[in-house]
Order: sequence, then structure tokens, then C-alpha cells
Amino acid sequence: MNASLHIKGGRIIDPANGIDRIGDLFVRDGIIVDSLPKNEKGERGAEVIDATGKVVSPGLIDIHVHFREPGQSHKETIATGARCAAAGGFTTVVCMPNTSPVADSPATIAWIQERAASTACVNVFCTGAITKGLAGEEMAPIGALAAAGVVALTDDGRCVQNHGVMRRAVEYARHYGLPVMDHCQETTLSADGVMNEGEWSTRLGLPGWPSLAEDLIVARNILLAEETGHPIHCQHISSARSVRLLREARQRGVPITAEACPHHIALTDGELKNFDTNFKMNPPLRTQADIDEIIAGISDGTITILASDHAPHATYEKEVEFDRAPFGILGLETELALFLEILLHQRKALTLPQILGMLTVNPAKFLRLDRGTLSTGAPADITILDPDHAWTVDKNESSSLSRNTPFHGHSLRGRALTTIVGGKVVWDLESGFRS
Amino acid sequence: MTTHQWKHKDLCALADHTPDELITILDTAKAFKGVGERNLKKVPALRGKTLVNFFIEPSTRTRISFELAAMRLSADVINISASASSLEKGETLLDTARNLEALRADLIVIRHQSAGSARFLADRLNASVINAGDGAHEHPTQGLLDAFTIREKLGYIKGVHVAIVGDILFSRVARSNIQLLTKLGAEVTLVGPSTLVPATFACLGVKLVHSIDEVLEEVDVINLLRIQYERQRKEYFPGLGEYTARFGLTKKRAERIKPECLIMHPGPMNRGIEIDSDVADGRGSVILDQVTNGLAVRMAVLYLCSGGAPFAPVTPSATDSLS
Repeated sequence: MNASLHIKGGRIIDPANGIDRIGDLFVRDGIIVDSLPKNEKGERGAEVIDATGKVVSPGLIDIHVHFREPGQSHKETIATGARCAAAGGFTTVVCMPNTSPVADSPATIAWIQERAASTACVNVFCTGAITKGLAGEEMAPIGALAAAGVVALTDDGRCVQNHGVMRRAVEYARHYGLPVMDHCQETTLSADGVMNEGEWSTRLGLPGWPSLAEDLIVARNILLAEETGHPIHCQHISSARSVRLLREARQRGVPITAEACPHHIALTDGELKNFDTNFKMNPPLRTQADIDEIIAGISDGTITILASDHAPHATYEKEVEFDRAPFGILGLETELALFLEILLHQRKALTLPQILGMLTVNPAKFLRLDRGTLSTGAPADITILDPDHAWTVDKNESSSLSRNTPFHGHSLRGRALTTIVGGKVVWDLESGFRS
Repeated sequence: MTTHQWKHKDLCALADHTPDELITILDTAKAFKGVGERNLKKVPALRGKTLVNFFIEPSTRTRISFELAAMRLSADVINISASASSLEKGETLLDTARNLEALRADLIVIRHQSAGSARFLADRLNASVINAGDGAHEHPTQGLLDAFTIREKLGYIKGVHVAIVGDILFSRVARSNIQLLTKLGAEVTLVGPSTLVPATFACLGVKLVHSIDEVLEEVDVINLLRIQYERQRKEYFPGLGEYTARFGLTKKRAERIKPECLIMHPGPMNRGIEIDSDVADGRGSVILDQVTNGLAVRMAVLYLCSGGAPFAPVTPSATDSLS
């Protein structure tokens, strides 16, 4: 494989540098460079990629994925999860710690990092647990996790219920400069809830998970971020009131951030009318009013990061009674298309550079990753995409080991065409993976 | 005179069906009720068919009612409970049901604690699936037998004012009743503490009232639901004594209802809690009629879902039968 790349004639959008121009992009030895030496130009030297009519973006970053290794490799492995990422245009992902064992020790982090280095075709970063075993009782060894290289702390999948423990964990994490991310769910209010509490839970007789349970923890996190002065990031925001709370807090300068997932702006809880467990996720799908407010929050800068919450589950695990099925859906391969379809094409809520900013520079800045930019000297993680590419989701074409997507059969516009990691093409739509 | 065709293999939820389809079941049930009044209480409609009563959640009257209904239609019947099935060994519901189907079960009647479980099986099996109660979702045959009883006793459903009292939030009986009665033109008022009758129920086209005393004089039917105290955490209301004081149909309250008002209860009753014993056994109580009518309704459902042709309406037309 050539060590150099010449990406010709694309629309280069680099939100980190405010660039949106037609031109060429050069890569040498895994780094973005201003130009190639004369002897590497042309077809004999660098690999040439014709990007005419396409968009050249910094490699997309998803800070919220579940790759199920160690412990549940029948659902997904780091290798297959990474292939999903590449096929979705993502060059960097951040794994959640709710593995088995939980990623709450340097040894587990090291295992994941080694596995990622040896099997993943994209960059994989780790988060560590806030509390031991995600039990919400005792702090995990945060200093050791920081030393092991985690990029943030979270108990994702669970939420620390004890406010005292959470406060001390945030204070302690501050010392190590580790952002804290939180799955916002007050469990005495969500109780046994398996879907949004509202009209459809009333109709279907399913236990409701009220948005109040999210709002309360978002409010708690705002107060803790304000009190400690340390960033807290609210994951997968699903409710209108959470957005309003976050908006007000951010306007006051509180170091609080939030992310939104595609399913929470694409689907309402009415989709559950046939008890299809592919629509069961946590937090649950909510109402059109919630969707409208989340999109408003994305538009006005209240929500600054877009993520997938890629959560694979084996078909046999999902094919059970609704209340017994696990929460979560696949996300990486449909994420970009859904955000483009909804935010760009349907709602015209953001420009393409703004959307790409929320998938590149914003998450990179938040987690202090040296990525998310096409600056000279930056790692050559690049996504070439077509925002108008029309396609139909087919779950059987997924690179995941699982098939749990509610978007099977959906027609979408926008798709990654080529994914480049460290200067090497790892996947393109026409020829697939380059192992 | 036309008879609406029944084209469904399953009965999972009354929410899925049109008023005409629901009337078809009621009309067919009316014809079947006569079977139970004969000396020879049996017809050959399901001869050679196999019905499995698959009751994952305990039940007495519903299971026996389905069993007897199937026997009266000459079907072969097998009863299975969770404790006597491979579910105990960790087998999934779907695998167990597929095994029943592999044994050539034609009809599977399922009761399960999970909402949506009947639909889940119906979508995956060729056998007919009849919902005998799925969590807090629906109990379609209970809704049908309640409507059948109202129609039988009062002669009509359209315009009847029905109060459903008690634990609405957790009640599959309430949801099926609401679906059927509102589709057939009845006025439905839900009565109970605001924790068990939350505001979201208004989306179903019903009135919500939080005091039984507000509706006693005006309703034509009072359907009292069992307080499932064992299933509720204590935050829903302070205690049984307070519940009875606020929402129980006591003898004193019963004196205020219209003389022709029907008193219904899906059973099992908590005498002295949601209903006084004297009221349960007194004038206006049709609680045992409901049990008898349940048999006819279930015969009709099993017959129709097996592909049986609907009986011609006893009343001149479906529309007339509503009023």
C-alpha cells in the first residue's frame, strides 16, 4: 500500500479550522501534509482518490459505543465493532466500560487497548468506570485508570444514584483532568420502566420510564458541575426538559455538555405499538415534542456532540417478551445517514459543516483527542462522504455480529464512501474492507 | 342482512379491531350461548383441532373457561403452566411455543405477565394465538364478555355510561373494556386515585374522576376492578382502609345508584375492599352472569379464529345492535 494519498477535487470541510473549499488533500506517512514531493505525485507515487463531487471531512468520532469485549463477544467484538465504525465513516470511537468484567481496573483497560491495537481497523479509546463494578457505591481506582489511558469516566448503562459518591468522584476526577460522562437515570423514578411513560405506555400497558427520571439527574449534574467546576457530560439526552435545563445552565457558564443520538430524533415512542424490541432502548424513545426540543438544542449549541450509543445484542436475546429484552440498538452504520437525513435534509436545522463539527472537532476537543481536524500535521483520519447518497438500510449487510436495528428498510440520504485511518484506506463503499 | 367477515387468525388486543369485527364476535357469542343451555352442551365446530392453554401466569376462571369453551366445541385440550413447562429450565417463550406448534397445536391460548407477549407469539407462529391476559396490556375476552353482558342486560351499548373503578393503571381488563366500549359508543369514566388513574388515560377518550361519589347517581354500569395490592408498591395509595373509604362500593353508596345500574366485577373479588359483600350478591350484580357469558364469548373467539364463518347477527344489523 502506498504511504501517500492524494485526495483530489473534493469539497474539503474542516470545521476545526473553519475551512469549506474545493481542493486537494495530501497525506504522507499517516500525517496530513501541505503537499507531496514531486516524485510522489501522479499515478506512480501516491494513491489517488478522486473526490470530485464528494465531501472530504476529518474522520468522524463517536464517543459513545459498546463493543462488548471482554465478556460478550457473541454480540460484538472490538474487531467487528470497529468494522461497523469504519463502514459508517467513523475513524475513532470511545468504548463504554460496561463490559464483563467491567472496565474498572488498569488490567481490563490494558486488555481492551491491546485487543484494539491488534484487531481494530479504527482508533479505539477507552472510558473507565466511575464506580467499582458500576455498582454506584465505591469509586473505581480513578488515578490508576487515568494512568492507564482512559479518556473519560462513566458508569454508562447505569447512573450513580448516590449524590455523595458522584460528587466525590467528580472532585477526584478533576484532579486527573478526566471528564465525567453520565447516563442520566434516577432509578426510583424510572423503576421497572421499559419505555417512555406517556400515551403509548398507557395504551400498551408497559411500565413507563418517565423523562422526569432523566431531568432530575441532568439537574443534579448541572449542580455538581457548577459546584466542582469540572466538566460533566450528559449522555444520550432524550427529553425536552433536559434540553431546557442544559440550555439555561450553559448560558450561565456551567461546564456541562450533552450529546444526542440519532434514534432520539428519528423515532417516537409510538413506534413501540407492535412491541418490537428493536425499538427498546435506554433512555427510551420519547415524543415528538421531545424530538423538537432536542433538535432545537442541537441547533442552538446546547447539545454539542452527536453519538450513536451503538449497543449490539444477539437476535435471540432480543427475540423475547418486550419487558425481558435488553435495551439498545445498533448505531454506527446508520448514524451519519440519520443525522444528515434529519438535521440537514428534513429539518434544515444545521449546515453540513455544523453537523460534521459535532462529529469531529467537538468530541475531539471535549475528550482532548488529537484528532477531528484536517490541520497540517494531524493524524490522517479522513472520511469521504456524499451527503445526498440515497440508500436503504439492510440489517443483513451490517458488519456487526448483531442485527438489532429499528432502521432496517428505511430509505436514507447521506453515506460515508471512504474511511481513512492513519493515512490508510480501511474501507470504501465500492470494494469494502481492506484488511 | 350482511355479516361482517372475520379474517384474523389471532385475537391479541381489542385495540386492533374495528367496531364491526367486535360486533361480529358478540353476535357469534350470542348464538353460542344457546349451546350451554342445551342438555347436550357440545357442538362439533372444532372437532379434530388441538387447543393448548398456555398459562404462564396463574389463573382459575379464565383457564377453565377457555378449557370448557374448547371442549364444548369438541376440540382436544392440553393445559400447560409455567411450572410444568421447560420455561422453568430456561427455555425461551418462543422456543416453548414453537414446540407446541410442532406438535400441531392449532390454537394457543396464552396468559403471560409481559405486555405484548401474545402479539409476540402471534407474529411468529402459524397457530392461532388468543390472548388470555398479557401483563397490564389487554384481556380481550374479558372485555368482550363484559360488553356482552351489558348488551344482554340493557339491550344496547351505545350511549351507556360505564364507570370502571379502581386499579386502572395496572389493569388489562380496564384497557380492553375501554377499547371495546368506546368503539361501540359507550361513555366511559375511569374512577380511582390519581396515582392509579393518571392523566395519560385521557388519551383513550375517557373521562377521569378521582372520587366514586361523583359518578354514583349517573352511571348505568359500575365495573369494579380488583385492587392488586400484592403487585403494587405502597406508594400508589396509603392503604386498603383508605381505599375502601374513598373508592369502595359500600352498601351505603350502592343505595345511591340507579335501580337498573349493573354491578360488574371481573373477579376474583376482594369482598369488603372494593365491594361490600352484600352488594356483590345483591340486586344489580351480574358478576356470575359475566362468568357464564365468558364461556360463550370464548367459544365464539376460538371458533372465529379457527376460520369459522361468523353467525348472522341476531339483531337486524351491526349498526342497530349498537343502539
